Amino acid sequence: MLEIKNLHVSVEGNEILKGIDLDVGPGEIHAIMGPNGSGKSTLSHVIAGRDGYEITGGRIIFKGEDLTGLMPEERAAKGLFLAFQYPVEIPGVANTTFLKEALNSIHRYHGEDELDALQFVKMMRKKTEELGISDDMLKRAVNVGFSGGEKKRNEILQMAVLNPCLAILDETDSGLDIDALKIVSEGVNKLRSPDRSMLIITHYQRLLDYIVPDKVHVLAHGIIQRTGDKKLALELEEKGYAEFDGAAA
Amino acid sequence: MANAASTPITFMPDFDAERPGLPGAGLSWLKTLRQDGIERFNGLGRPTPKQESWKYTRLKPLEDTKFQPVTDEDGMAVLDHVPSLLPNPGGRPRLVFVNGRIRPSFWIEGDLPKGVHLEELRDVLVNAPDWAEEHLGQLTGGDTQALVQLNTAMMDTGFVLRVEPGVVVEQPIEVVFIGGLTNQPVAYFPRNLIVLGEGAQATVVKYHAGLGVGAYFANAVTEVNLGPGARLNHYKVQAETRDATHLSMVHARVAKDATYDSFTLSIGGRLSRNDVSVRLEGPGAHAGVNGAYLMRGSEHCDNTTEIEHLAPHTSCREIFKGVLDDQSRAVFQGRIVVHKDARGTNGHQLCKTLLLATGAEIDVKPELEIYADDVKCSHGATTGQIDETALFYLRSRGIPEALARNLLVQSFLGEALEEIASDNIREAFTNKVLHWLPAACFLSEEWRGE
Repeated sequence: MLEIKNLHVSVEGNEILKGIDLDVGPGEIHAIMGPNGSGKSTLSHVIAGRDGYEITGGRIIFKGEDLTGLMPEERAAKGLFLAFQYPVEIPGVANTTFLKEALNSIHRYHGEDELDALQFVKMMRKKTEELGISDDMLKRAVNVGFSGGEKKRNEILQMAVLNPCLAILDETDSGLDIDALKIVSEGVNKLRSPDRSMLIITHYQRLLDYIVPDKVHVLAHGIIQRTGDKKLALELEEKGYAEFDGAAA
Repeated sequence: MANAASTPITFMPDFDAERPGLPGAGLSWLKTLRQDGIERFNGLGRPTPKQESWKYTRLKPLEDTKFQPVTDEDGMAVLDHVPSLLPNPGGRPRLVFVNGRIRPSFWIEGDLPKGVHLEELRDVLVNAPDWAEEHLGQLTGGDTQALVQLNTAMMDTGFVLRVEPGVVVEQPIEVVFIGGLTNQPVAYFPRNLIVLGEGAQATVVKYHAGLGVGAYFANAVTEVNLGPGARLNHYKVQAETRDATHLSMVHARVAKDATYDSFTLSIGGRLSRNDVSVRLEGPGAHAGVNGAYLMRGSEHCDNTTEIEHLAPHTSCREIFKGVLDDQSRAVFQGRIVVHKDARGTNGHQLCKTLLLATGAEIDVKPELEIYADDVKCSHGATTGQIDETALFYLRSRGIPEALARNLLVQSFLGEALEEIASDNIREAFTNKVLHWLPAACFLSEEWRGE
């Protein structure tokens, strides 16, 4: 599904990622863990195509195609989704309008018919029911006045509507209390499917109690230092990241 | 003193030549009013940057054009449709002026309640000259704005709305001023008068629509007089042609517990200036003076407001938002004066501008003058660019960049447009904004509007 080969990325001349290799198969869930400043968020932004990052080497292959020259909206249309660590507030634009514009943009990209108002409402009703999200959230402006938990649930709702084959969850657990974390994790688990892979970026192990990964990678100093299964996350929880502190010094 | 600063006027139609043909030529009081106007105008001269309130908006380029009086032919210019802001299935009241001439065949009288009088200025001068004498020029006589005096001298067209006490007009009244489609540059001078009696309510939507190409000069003055407890919603879209000059001035006088609520959306014109000046004369009087401006190319738009609090417990609220692209320029000057007796006054002013290009420029000048105690007055001004994180957020959901930018511009303007209380009118104004935006064709159906 996603294959990253020897990826080097710089920001304003500083190399942040120094040769990342990653292979996420269909339906797999991989966790990327690491201390602050290890390059975790850079990796997620680069995969999604954000401006301001210079790829100095390597490739990002998604469903057999090199993504590196594509714009963020093209990557989204091809089935990539990034759940933001800090979802952005957009006053004056209703959540439902935003979702409809997004979905119809993707339909247009593939030369498919747009959903009309009725089809869209029907589809939304189904998705909100499945995820246990109230209609109220759809009418409100995108993320405006949402609690931390609501913002993250809104990310999950967007994921459900856009139906990506690869979802990257960037520090989805940050700023959530344990109840909100459970609700968000339930939403993610409902969206698990053999056709959908996920990349979970997190600092802490606790999210992985609820979303059990197939593989865990430790990212520090811009490279993957270790790869293991879920036991690796538990080990990190116990020992911390001290072991990797001097790795690239 | 005024003479010292005066600049010879050569670009306007000649007053003496035009005088005999102007409306109400037989009325001696009007003759005096016009004469006083032209003398004051000649004394003051064209505004120059030496005057504080004209520092950022230059009228000198106007002198390159010799504006002619409107001819009958200009007034009868052929239109393939009447531009209208509001959908009009039920025959809402609507007046249409073409190049400053009323076009009776487009006049929809609508279903106005008893006690509402909507007429052309020329007719009022014939049918109710005494009433006109009492109200016309009442708020503009001593004005030191040269352009107001020019209008007083030259006023040749316009509408008069009179609403008797206690009468509530539910339907919005639309007045369309069409410019353009003339063979040579013309100048016209609408003078509008709105007088609401005690407890009366009305909504007036003015649409200045430029058609075709070509330069013209619209110099409009509206006088508003609101009795105790009255409410006027006074909304305007300025969408003149790219070569047009639009200078408009509103003078409003607001009695006890009355509300003057305005919104000005500017989306056209080489040079436009909207002056709104409001006197809050009785306790509980309120002014809402809001607007949005969207400029591109080398367009220039100036919003200058002055709100005078003359009585206790008066309030005002001003929200202006602008979007500037290319090398366009905008000016916002907001003056709030709280006079000595106006204790317990509440004022709020906000001006935010989004610059879409590095060549665009905004000059903002808030001025608060407070001479009373126990006053709450705040003002704020910001200038910024499209938020890159928000742009990435939208694009990461599959929304193409052009559409994402449009959504963010609309999001930005929303805070100002929300000040329009009526859903229908807010939607009509929002549609105008959407049509201004580039690449609107990428929008889904309901965003495209009519």
